[in-house]
Amino acid sequence: MAWRSFSGAALAVLAFGAYASDEPYSSTYQAHPGPPTVIRNATVLDGTGRRLDGSDVLIRDGKIVAVGPGLDADDATVVDAKGRWVTPGLIDVHSHLGVYASPGVNASQDGNEATDPVTAGVWAEHSVWPQDPGFATALAGGVTTLQVLPGSANLIGGRGVTLRNVPATTYQAMKFPGAPQGLKMACGENPKRVYGSRKAAPSTRMGNVAGYRQAFADAQDYQRQQEKYARDLAAYESKQSKDKDKDKDKDAERPEPPKRDLRLETLVAAMKGEVPVHIHCYRADEMVTMLDLAREFNFRIAAFHHGVEAYKIADRLAQEGVCGALWSDWWGFKMEAYDGIWENLAFVDAPANGCAIVHSDDADGIQRLNQDAAKGMSRGQRAGLDIPPERAIRWITSNPAKALGIADRVGTLEPGKMADVVVWNGNPFSVYALPDLVYIDGAVAVDRKAPPKPPASDFLLGQPTGGAR
Amino acid sequence: MNRVIQRLVPGILGALVVLAGTTQAQDVLIRGAKVYTQTERGTLENADVLVRNGRIAEVGKGLASGAGVTVIEARGRPLTPGLFGGITALGIEEVSLEPSTVDSSTVYEEARGTAFEPRPEFDVTPAFNPDSVAIGVNRVEGITFAMVAPTALPDGTMFGGQGAVARLDGRTDAFAAASRTLFVDLGASATASSGKSRAAQFMLLEQATRETQPAKPLRDGDARLLTPTGREVLARYLAGGRIAFSVDRAADIRQVLAYSERNGVHPVIIGGAQAWQVAALLAKSHVPVVLDPFLDLPGSFDQLGASLENAARLHQAGVPITFTNFSMPTHAAHKVRHAAGLAVAHGLPWDAALAALTTTPAQVFGLGTELGRIAPGYSADLVLWSGDPLEVTTVAEQVWIEGRSQSMRSRQTELRDRYRPATTPSKP
Repeated sequence: MAWRSFSGAALAVLAFGAYASDEPYSSTYQAHPGPPTVIRNATVLDGTGRRLDGSDVLIRDGKIVAVGPGLDADDATVVDAKGRWVTPGLIDVHSHLGVYASPGVNASQDGNEATDPVTAGVWAEHSVWPQDPGFATALAGGVTTLQVLPGSANLIGGRGVTLRNVPATTYQAMKFPGAPQGLKMACGENPKRVYGSRKAAPSTRMGNVAGYRQAFADAQDYQRQQEKYARDLAAYESKQSKDKDKDKDKDAERPEPPKRDLRLETLVAAMKGEVPVHIHCYRADEMVTMLDLAREFNFRIAAFHHGVEAYKIADRLAQEGVCGALWSDWWGFKMEAYDGIWENLAFVDAPANGCAIVHSDDADGIQRLNQDAAKGMSRGQRAGLDIPPERAIRWITSNPAKALGIADRVGTLEPGKMADVVVWNGNPFSVYALPDLVYIDGAVAVDRKAPPKPPASDFLLGQPTGGAR
Repeated sequence: MNRVIQRLVPGILGALVVLAGTTQAQDVLIRGAKVYTQTERGTLENADVLVRNGRIAEVGKGLASGAGVTVIEARGRPLTPGLFGGITALGIEEVSLEPSTVDSSTVYEEARGTAFEPRPEFDVTPAFNPDSVAIGVNRVEGITFAMVAPTALPDGTMFGGQGAVARLDGRTDAFAAASRTLFVDLGASATASSGKSRAAQFMLLEQATRETQPAKPLRDGDARLLTPTGREVLARYLAGGRIAFSVDRAADIRQVLAYSERNGVHPVIIGGAQAWQVAALLAKSHVPVVLDPFLDLPGSFDQLGASLENAARLHQAGVPITFTNFSMPTHAAHKVRHAAGLAVAHGLPWDAALAALTTTPAQVFGLGTELGRIAPGYSADLVLWSGDPLEVTTVAEQVWIEGRSQSMRSRQTELRDRYRPATTPSKP
């Protein structure tokens, strides 16, 4: 998709085959659907809020075909899932896999371009190391799609990338075809600590906000220049093409395009709604300041990430249609995380249109998004909220899909969606839950009974892994 | 706070019970619980536990309550010993990134102008604040005791200093002398603080050890690593004391075992990502491992081979294990319960996982006759659970420490109740 705002005349090169585009850096991901498969007699949480007991899921050509009891599927491979649960593949909106890879050696600290508070021109995908062993462990935990973001050292950290969680030698081969990039911004302590400690701006929260505002003001100016150029070019071309030589202005000069500015391009893309905005922000008051910033510069915030105080403004977030991407039990590691509570997810989920998301930010947490959701669900239930599993599963499937702008493709088990499916050994909201089978586009990506040997990551090849992940 | 907090126990208790605050001693009869005794009696269904004067008095069926005994109807719910929260900075770290609230480490290099200043005498226990909010947050999750340990900073020294196990009920004399432990960091994560080399770490460890030996006096003018106090302290730990080594790599663990044998030290391995590779050796020397069952990625080259099956393999080999949570060891110390469940999902027997949170850590840190079992004579540190104690959807319904029923409120529950959605439909 044309998330790039200004690529001159070459914008509309159409995609053929598996390639979404032949633009540079575009996806080369290819689905490899397996044979038609029917998963029989499972407890299905379909991601839309429905629970179907004793239900089948039919997959064909990499797509969900049908969900329901007793499906007719004579030609399909049968998976007996009696006693097991089936959910959509899990989606993490906040990962640093590949950009802060394992092992955490100096050579792979690629997640924060902490050299300037506004580095909107950088793209996380250019830091992604596909051999990060964390991709495979996340996959074993049922994660089929993830957004890899730059870190939070900067006010505006750069563009994130949404990946299919498949083993690959290039990030392009993982890149989710057609998914928009995300813009990563950060509130609060991190940027002001990083730059303040260097006696540079920002060193205060007011410095943070001035920093975002100036950057977007510059982007508005840049957008005006681009629009003026587009108008001038159109006028020039229309003049040159007018009936033969008659009106042609021999002296007219073709207008010069303004110099591209990668930072401002990204911000303009955000203002045009082409790049969803994801903001690292802990405190309730700061989130509301960011809502004002979004109003001033007319962009939409997809989600506040970490959002430890999101529960204090749950109604406002729901009204604005902004998701809260949250942990269940992280708190206290810094002042802006001091007010964390277990019920954050449940309280953000509670209002009409509330959008709670469990996110990881972490190579361990991403392996157990279901258990983080289980904690948030059970604490919410104890606080008196009615949160059945079929509701809570949305926190790790359809809600993150919505925040990433890919809800039309993944996140539920509705017919026509990409067949990203997890067959769990039991109720996924349990500490004992493990994915038995993970499908990506209808292909078996994980079979717990037949783990990959050797490991998927080149890095782990020949290392003392002891045959276990 | 001496105020008696009166509150209703959630309806599930089935009876209207007034719970006292933390300062009022109680005789309690917990009736009809599934009691995980952690003794040879195993798990008793529908059993009673009688607590008198802060101690377990009796465990059995149909126990009489007697006058002045508060009766709690457990209705079949699980009752376990209080859980161990791992290697934490509880009470010595309020907000991790606020230096004014953190007392878990020390650096002297600025004062001395040297990069390496080992201070084994650094002892975190006098800095302990029993009123820390983080303690309450973990206590209501069933964490009743935890190791309060120094943290070696990257620019500190490989000798982290001394810690001890704290009881988490707000008492001021929280530490048991028998649990005192010296912490030493080795391996890749500590090389920056100790000669930028693993070899330098063992060189410095040997030199410090030698300085404690009066039979080998130093000549005037010899550079000494340790202060006189430091030498005294290290000497105490070398005379049969307990030293916890933070170390991951199998090769380094072997070095630690050899050093410990040479010097009469009882080592505890903290971390041990590759411990499963030397499980037989650890079992033979009966050296315990404090591990994080979540760890399955190589955070460093020392952790290659990190496995979700580490706990199961060590247990299988006969190595005593207990758990800690490295990702958020203090504020989310309670996550050891999640970790234990995860270890079960990856092959550790369920009973061994509960033992790793109760009996084993009590034994490892010298409190094996006081904590970690529900048996007559043991301190009545108990947790009544809403369900399977290792399940992530389970919560602690009531916590007792030394027989005193603990307030089940924390700063987090205060925040929760202030912001609880107004339109909440009440569930029965």
